[in-house]
Amino acid sequence: MSGAAAQVDGQQGARGHDPYALGHGHGGHGDHEATGHGEGGPASKRIITGYGFWIFLLSDIVMFSGFFAAYAVLAGETAGGPGGRELFELPRVAIETALLLLSSFTCGLGSVATERRSVFWTQIWLLITGVLGVAFLVLEVQEFAQMVAEGAGPQRSAFLSAFFALVGCHGLHVGVGILWLGTMMAQLWVKGFRADILRRLLCFNLFWHALDIIWVAVFTIVYLLGSGV
Amino acid sequence: MFGKLDWSAIPFDQPIPLIAAAAIGVILAAVLGWITVKGHWPYLWNEWITSVDHKRIGVMYVMLGVVMLLRGFSDVILMRTHQAAAIGASQGYLPPEHYNQIFSAHGTIMIFFGSMPFIIGLMNFVVPLQLGVRDVAFPTLNSVSFWLTASGALLTNVSLVIGEFARTGWLPYAPLSETNYSPGVGVDYYLWALQIAGVGTLMSGVNLVTTILKMRAPGMGYLRMPMFCWTALGSNMLIVAAFPILTATLAMLTLDRYLGFHFFTNEAGGNPMMFMNLIWAWGHPEVYILVLPAFGIFSEVFSTFSSKPLFGYRSMVLATLFIVVVSFTVWLHHFFTMGAGGDVNAFFGISTSVIAVGTGVKVFNWLFTMYGGRVRFDTPMLWALAFVLYFVVGGMTGVLLAVPPADFLLHNSMFLVAHFHNVIVGGVVFGAMAGYEYWFPKAFGFRLDEWWGKLAFWLTVVGTVVVFGAFYIVGLEGMTRRLQHIDNIAWYDWIMVALAGTLLIAGGVVAQVMQLVMSIRHRDRLRDETGDPWDGRSLEWITPSPPPVFNFPVLPDVHGEEAYWEIKRRAIEQQQLSEVPDYQPIEMPRNSPTGVITAFFCTSVGFALIWHIWWLAALGLVGAYVTFVVFAWRDEVEFEIPAEEVERVDRARRESRQVILERGAPA
Repeated sequence: MSGAAAQVDGQQGARGHDPYALGHGHGGHGDHEATGHGEGGPASKRIITGYGFWIFLLSDIVMFSGFFAAYAVLAGETAGGPGGRELFELPRVAIETALLLLSSFTCGLGSVATERRSVFWTQIWLLITGVLGVAFLVLEVQEFAQMVAEGAGPQRSAFLSAFFALVGCHGLHVGVGILWLGTMMAQLWVKGFRADILRRLLCFNLFWHALDIIWVAVFTIVYLLGSGV
Repeated sequence: MFGKLDWSAIPFDQPIPLIAAAAIGVILAAVLGWITVKGHWPYLWNEWITSVDHKRIGVMYVMLGVVMLLRGFSDVILMRTHQAAAIGASQGYLPPEHYNQIFSAHGTIMIFFGSMPFIIGLMNFVVPLQLGVRDVAFPTLNSVSFWLTASGALLTNVSLVIGEFARTGWLPYAPLSETNYSPGVGVDYYLWALQIAGVGTLMSGVNLVTTILKMRAPGMGYLRMPMFCWTALGSNMLIVAAFPILTATLAMLTLDRYLGFHFFTNEAGGNPMMFMNLIWAWGHPEVYILVLPAFGIFSEVFSTFSSKPLFGYRSMVLATLFIVVVSFTVWLHHFFTMGAGGDVNAFFGISTSVIAVGTGVKVFNWLFTMYGGRVRFDTPMLWALAFVLYFVVGGMTGVLLAVPPADFLLHNSMFLVAHFHNVIVGGVVFGAMAGYEYWFPKAFGFRLDEWWGKLAFWLTVVGTVVVFGAFYIVGLEGMTRRLQHIDNIAWYDWIMVALAGTLLIAGGVVAQVMQLVMSIRHRDRLRDETGDPWDGRSLEWITPSPPPVFNFPVLPDVHGEEAYWEIKRRAIEQQQLSEVPDYQPIEMPRNSPTGVITAFFCTSVGFALIWHIWWLAALGLVGAYVTFVVFAWRDEVEFEIPAEEVERVDRARRESRQVILERGAPA
């Protein structure tokens, strides 16, 4: 079908019957080359999964932008209560940042081990990533508990509402990520490097790095700017 | 044990919701009983409820949309009859707190559970067929999306009998929606129903964007996609970019209500106007999420029924993408009266007028598509023609409202109500109806009855013009929206005109239902044997009606912009079908109950959170997690359709195609 069709198309189809080709050079478009943009037919499952997950991550970042916008509007609304300068303890935040960035690095090492199909090292690096993530969460919960104990909980002022929601939303993402990570480890243990599990590991890596990017924004906009450094 | 839930939640003292609920309960019980007696459960479960086939899911989306449009229309009847009976000395029959719930539920249901599922269903059904592929990018996720949307619709309707719905309007403006002023569960129903359905919509958006960008038949370049695929792409990109804002905004209001946060409160530095800004930063793109696919449907319909390629395809693509971008820069026109200042209002006034240019381009393209064509006036084309005439009026009153000084006078008036119904009914509902009439034969293998279809069309369109014509006039005369009682008897006549128009629309609804019933009854006479009942131009018409589960025996090879038209033209010229291809076995995704089970748990979580039943919420979350783990643990995710079966299906299709060859040159 395709050979004869292309002939028809080349001789009369493109010029005589191609209603939109007026003034538009279609010459460069080979019909049968895979251009990587779908023109060569549907992309592979790995590409589709990764691409779809990227789109999801973009939407997640838009959601965070909503919380960032609310924080920006409400940052000055302390209602006579404590502000960032009194509340934020930068040393702890520095440790949190270090833990999370390090966990991103170990997560990357995990994906290198996956590329080499080493179940053992993949599991080790995933485990370390998870432990670092838990340590991050422990510090964050500690910070939150301390603030609530000082009477600076989210009900105190609009500024604190926005702070707890934004930072807490990131923390919630880390928590969900750790749950996912544990599930992935169990799955890898039982099923090994199956094609679908490789795709899920790829998505997990993307997710974990995205949380890192968001944390960099939280660290800069909330903590550094907020404590007036 | 049951949180805030006790017997007082059921409105035993209010006959209207009780009787309505009882009627729905009886109908539901009758349907379920009939299914059980006839033994249809295995069929329903295997072929529909657990199906991951984009066509089945699309049909279920549309069915949900249709049922919810009827539910929303019942609110219309209540509101119109009540207002007609509540002028001057008359007091009507709905108490204020009930009337407020009705107009809130009407807007919420029509947008989120009527229009959205209808439009998403059409995209689900049509887009993979037009792209020449076998399914969407993530078939099981697609099923999850649908069932989450259904879950939100269920929660909204449960509020009819258990508790109450929001009394805040379809967007729960703060601080009215805060606990101080809305202490009941109404706003909570709204929040959780929308949050659950919103997640479904977002995932559906991710799914369709990925499908359109990464899964197309060989040769289907971007500028060879049918217009509906382009507008679906635009709409779904908007879903991905806008729905997360809704999620964040509703989460903030939820935190305010449940945990005493101060995002939108009057006290402690909260900022109610931030709610308006955030909700409309989602809300205005939402308008285009709904109307862009409708524009795509009209493009397909105008081209098919004028027997011509779409005029100005490239400018249509550009106009669509223009609207996608600019739709994020107009939200403030929903509250010019906020007092943001002349410069801010001027910016948003101008951007609002500018976005109409994109739509104007499209209108002219549709008109020029008809020009010089052989126009056939089948029912889908009638809806499309009514759309152009009616939508232009709505567009122009929109540009009028975009002028801030005029808006200060017309804000919150019936004129505004007339305007947005004019564009949403004229754009989205007419578009949905055109799409329904146009693609029904593809989905079910028989056409819809033209006589009943045309009757439904005329009654609905005339009724719509009458109702909203009356609204425009009383709006200009100063009537504000959402009045439970009307003091000014000068508006009496127009309210009666609106009531008469509503009755006409009701007749249209009845005729529409009759059309379906009569078409099913006479389906043998209306059978679509060729798979190409309208002399179509895009790839969905190359498949048999209804298409086999794998859509295409071999993926079509696309040459030129109108993929199927080219193939058809060539076949007719040469008086022979293309060569018999080399059939290969096809792998298709297995069905999965993940979607429906997840939605079951999400409904439980939503209901539990509304009534503060914390143990049930925790249980539901664990259940949803376990469901996903079970899904992830599956070993067999696909099944194989043998090459012989593919060949058998395609042989039948090729035989029916012979009819088209003998029909002669394309009209």
